[in-house]
Amino acid sequence: MLKTLMRSIGEYRKVTIMTPVLVTGEVVVECFIPFVISRLVDQIQAGCELSVIMQYSGLLIIMAGIALLLGWGAGVTCSAASTGFARNLRRNMFYAIQDYSFANIDKFSTSSLVTRLTTDVTNVQFAFMMILRAAIRCPLMLIFAFTVSYMMAGSMAYIFLFTIPVLTIGLALVIWKTVPLFRKVFKKYDRLNESIQENVQAMRVVKSYVREEYEKQKFETAAQDVCNDFTKAEKILAINSPLMQFCVYAASTLIMGVGSYVIINTQGAQLNVGQLSALFTYSIQILMSLMILSMVFVMITMAFESAHRIAEVLQEKSSLVSPPNAVTEVKDGSIDFDHVNFRYSEHAERMALSNVDLHIRSGETIGILGGTGSSKTSLIQLIPRLYDVTEGSVKVGGVDVRDYDLEVLRNQVAVVLQKNVLFSGTIKENLRWGDLNATDEELVHACKLAQADEFIQQFPDGYDTYIEQGGTNVSGGQKQRLCIARALLKHPKILILDDSTSAVDTKTDALIRKAFREYLPETTKIIVAQRVASVEDADRILIMDGGQIVAVGNHEELLATNPIYQEIYESQNKGGKTDE
Amino acid sequence: MNNKGTLGRLLRTILEFYPVMAPLTLLCILFSAIVNALPSLFMQQIIALIEESWQAGDWAAVSGQILRLVGTLVAIYVISLVSVFTWTRLMAIMTQGLLKKLRCKMFNGMQNLPIKYFDTHNHGDIMSYYTNDIDTLRQLVSQSIPQLISSGVVVCTCLAIMLYFSVWLTLVILVGVTCMLLVTKKVGGGSARFFRRQQISMGKVEGFVEELMNGQKVVKVFCHEEETGKDFDRVNDALFSDSKKANTYANTLMPILNNMGNVLYAVVAMVGGLLLLMQAPNLSISGMAISISIVVPFLNMTKQFSGNIGQVSQQVNSVVMGMAGAHRIFELMDQQAEKDEGTITLVNAKEGADGTLQECSERTNVWAWRRVNPNGSVTLTRLAGDVRMEHVDFGYDPKKTVLHDITLFAKPGQKVAFVGATGAGKTTITNLINRFYDISNGKILYDGINIMDIKKADLRRSLGIVLQDTNLFTGTVMDNIRYGNLAACDEECIAAAQLAGAHDFITRLPDGYNTMLTSNGTNLSQGQRQLLAIARAAVADPPVMILDEATSSIDTRTEAIVQQGMDALMCNRTVFVIAHRLSTVKNSDVIMVLEHGVIIERGSHEELIAKKGKYYQLYTGAFELE
Repeated sequence: MLKTLMRSIGEYRKVTIMTPVLVTGEVVVECFIPFVISRLVDQIQAGCELSVIMQYSGLLIIMAGIALLLGWGAGVTCSAASTGFARNLRRNMFYAIQDYSFANIDKFSTSSLVTRLTTDVTNVQFAFMMILRAAIRCPLMLIFAFTVSYMMAGSMAYIFLFTIPVLTIGLALVIWKTVPLFRKVFKKYDRLNESIQENVQAMRVVKSYVREEYEKQKFETAAQDVCNDFTKAEKILAINSPLMQFCVYAASTLIMGVGSYVIINTQGAQLNVGQLSALFTYSIQILMSLMILSMVFVMITMAFESAHRIAEVLQEKSSLVSPPNAVTEVKDGSIDFDHVNFRYSEHAERMALSNVDLHIRSGETIGILGGTGSSKTSLIQLIPRLYDVTEGSVKVGGVDVRDYDLEVLRNQVAVVLQKNVLFSGTIKENLRWGDLNATDEELVHACKLAQADEFIQQFPDGYDTYIEQGGTNVSGGQKQRLCIARALLKHPKILILDDSTSAVDTKTDALIRKAFREYLPETTKIIVAQRVASVEDADRILIMDGGQIVAVGNHEELLATNPIYQEIYESQNKGGKTDE
Repeated sequence: MNNKGTLGRLLRTILEFYPVMAPLTLLCILFSAIVNALPSLFMQQIIALIEESWQAGDWAAVSGQILRLVGTLVAIYVISLVSVFTWTRLMAIMTQGLLKKLRCKMFNGMQNLPIKYFDTHNHGDIMSYYTNDIDTLRQLVSQSIPQLISSGVVVCTCLAIMLYFSVWLTLVILVGVTCMLLVTKKVGGGSARFFRRQQISMGKVEGFVEELMNGQKVVKVFCHEEETGKDFDRVNDALFSDSKKANTYANTLMPILNNMGNVLYAVVAMVGGLLLLMQAPNLSISGMAISISIVVPFLNMTKQFSGNIGQVSQQVNSVVMGMAGAHRIFELMDQQAEKDEGTITLVNAKEGADGTLQECSERTNVWAWRRVNPNGSVTLTRLAGDVRMEHVDFGYDPKKTVLHDITLFAKPGQKVAFVGATGAGKTTITNLINRFYDISNGKILYDGINIMDIKKADLRRSLGIVLQDTNLFTGTVMDNIRYGNLAACDEECIAAAQLAGAHDFITRLPDGYNTMLTSNGTNLSQGQRQLLAIARAAVADPPVMILDEATSSIDTRTEAIVQQGMDALMCNRTVFVIAHRLSTVKNSDVIMVLEHGVIIERGSHEELIAKKGKYYQLYTGAFELE
């Protein structure tokens, strides 16, 4: 997992390595400052010249200056490294997702991908920064401070050694106890927040059923649960502070007591007042480092979960890739389903499609009807290879779809998805998704075919009208027609409309189909619909039920023979249709 | 409310929740902070003793004095440890408790807010009260406030001790600290500015990612991966640039302050040395002359002083953010709750042999409106489901009316349908009947009672609503159906599902009725979710039903099945139907055609077809509804 993540350091390798180097320099210099000061104190005590004091002071200020520069530099490189790392992580994740197949996309929910790209990356970025600076700085500080104290005061430095195991064991226990607790409670916390979101979205339902009190109670229970777990974890974590204080206190009293004994007994030979003062400074420095280190540890372990979630996205292998030596030309718009069985995942009990055998000629118009859950969408998704068949094969232009280059295939098979999306941007920008280099005339032509030109012209900004996120400023019917126009711009050999005119009125719907007939005679057209009227004039109509094609025929044939078709027709035309 | 007010209110709230714990915690923090500054005093005395006697080398002579000093220090330390232990523990309990109580207070308050609030506020914004704002508050309460108090006390105590020892050296430190504060202001200000910009860039990335992840399948279908990647690079690089700057400021502040502390340390040593060397007259509260026993603890205090300034500067960002969070949280809690002046309640009733109504507690399928008269007597009026609107005007924005002079009546047991284009005001009418919004003019009568006089909860209980956007809750399928009537047993829920035509697909789910639904039932199709919502309404078994595009995502064949069930359920009850599919409304008793908030046609399907007006045009497909 870490290896996967590390790859995203990329061009920030240099600053990533620089940071610990600069930090090391800073620590070394900083550790010698108290040492120099102890010498200065000694000199003063010995009644030295003014010039000596000035020299020492100058040296000290230079040292502090160097430490400042090094620390500042480390701050700069560390920021560049960590934010750059985060940038690459986001970028690599986003690109990985672009390579996902539909099956991969189905595995992750939209909201979880958004969290992974934002919050999780921020967590990892923070942990990375911590590792680069604090996690390196603190142990170094510890080692150097101890070394210098040892050089200076000999065995007195062992006082520190005595506090280190106390702190280490204590902190390790705390981390060991709290991390699993935190991991558990953060999951609960997420669920709590999800339930709030659910409540806010469903407020009309809550109020309609007068369930305010019920919701309050439900929330109270969940919130109390989260609170209890959090309190439990934080209570353990709260031991950190007194533990640290204990060590500071123990070290300082020991230094004071033992130090004064040694100074007096040896008449200043082994230890003097200046060194005593330096020992104090080191004791605070060492203990501060340990404390920060413990906090860093907790944070890093918490970021681990995030790192894991990021790696999951990066490591997900696209289940559909173009084969080597892929076919790069689609001959025509014929489609053949040979004994196709299909299920969405290996674990699915039921086949979404079973035993489908279907042969469509290039240029034919096919209508597909069927109830909710009859796998109409599953069927058409196999044609542009959005999913792979489980058994059997699907051929386009006489070639198995698995042998095509994916981009070539999908450019020739245009699907207007049922759950379709326009992106924020102008109408033109949205249309050019179909063909980046389309001229304005081509755009207008496609829109005319899709019966969208008329309403676009009525917008004050025409084709430059800005579409809001999610296409909220156009009506459902307008959105569908724009999506059709966008697909037409691909000049596909096969055009699939998956329930794409449901919000369009019947008259416009008929006009769109008429335009297809007249201007796209070569294109194979597949129309999935709920309305009989939308498929009435197709060459053939497929009736689907429970993942199977149960009948094929034209309108008249089906009306005469197929009970499902009759029923659907009846339900939509009850009371007699008053023809125009 | 200004920052001071917010802080005051926050502290008052804490005190209100924890009248004993909070002051106790404060006391412990104060105590341990003061103790933290004390060692310098003891150190000064010990060093003075060493100074006097180290050349003599006679430990025994001074050991009594030194050990007594060390002993006192140990005693103080032990008490301090106890107090640190106490306050950190109390703080853990209080912080989480406070957050939980605030969460519940917000949530409970939110349940009572009018629908208008939810219609006019972005749901993402509402969520951020519970996530971002609560998180910043956690930081503020559990870390920043104790840190500020403790650092404040340490700084003051140190200052007092320093003045006690030497005014001159204190002045040196104060000058240094002023410089540090100036740097903090400059660098910290820059970091705050860029952190805000980073927040904005982050929002943009989030928005972009959300949009694209929602449309990822479209991206695939159009092979648009590369272009999308390029667009992402643009927003991602902008975020990188801002966050790099913000973090650079933040990351350099600490080493700068730290090493300024070191410079200060050196300067104090130098000045101390100079003063010692020149035997300059000392100015101090204690009147002590300058000596090595003063300079050494002074050096330690310099570290402590600058360290605490550093700590405070680290907290500045979190204090600012925490205060903003607290401000927003109070804002939500202060929102005006939904008003309800109604007094008439809905009760179950039994019909006596003489035709009079008797209130009873069990479900009888007979409901009555219970009015308490001024003289204390009780009148029961049978709930019939007669809904009338008389000259109703309404606008979401008082200046812009969307419904004009609507007059309509639904006789008990009638099925009334509304058709019309999006924005014609169909849903608005139903929003008024259940008082999600209150009308501006005219009146709405329910069984002859003005709905303003009916208690909102009871009014809503009498109306079952199925909406186009189906909201399901995390829980099993059974739980979701039971939401309509918490007292319903499993059999009743299953019967309702059968009625709604949902039974068939539910039994095909992996765990049947016990299948867990998450994230608003993403594992179900839109049509299946609508069937569940209808089952939920069916189990509630309300006297009056409003179906707002309730079957829009169900195919016509299934809809016909649902329709039969609904007809059986709603037999003799009033139903309001909104649909854009005309086959759904065709068999209604009355169809109202709405346009721009005005009823332009009304009548049965046959009457309207014969009229050859707007409805006729819609029906024949000459007009688009959306």
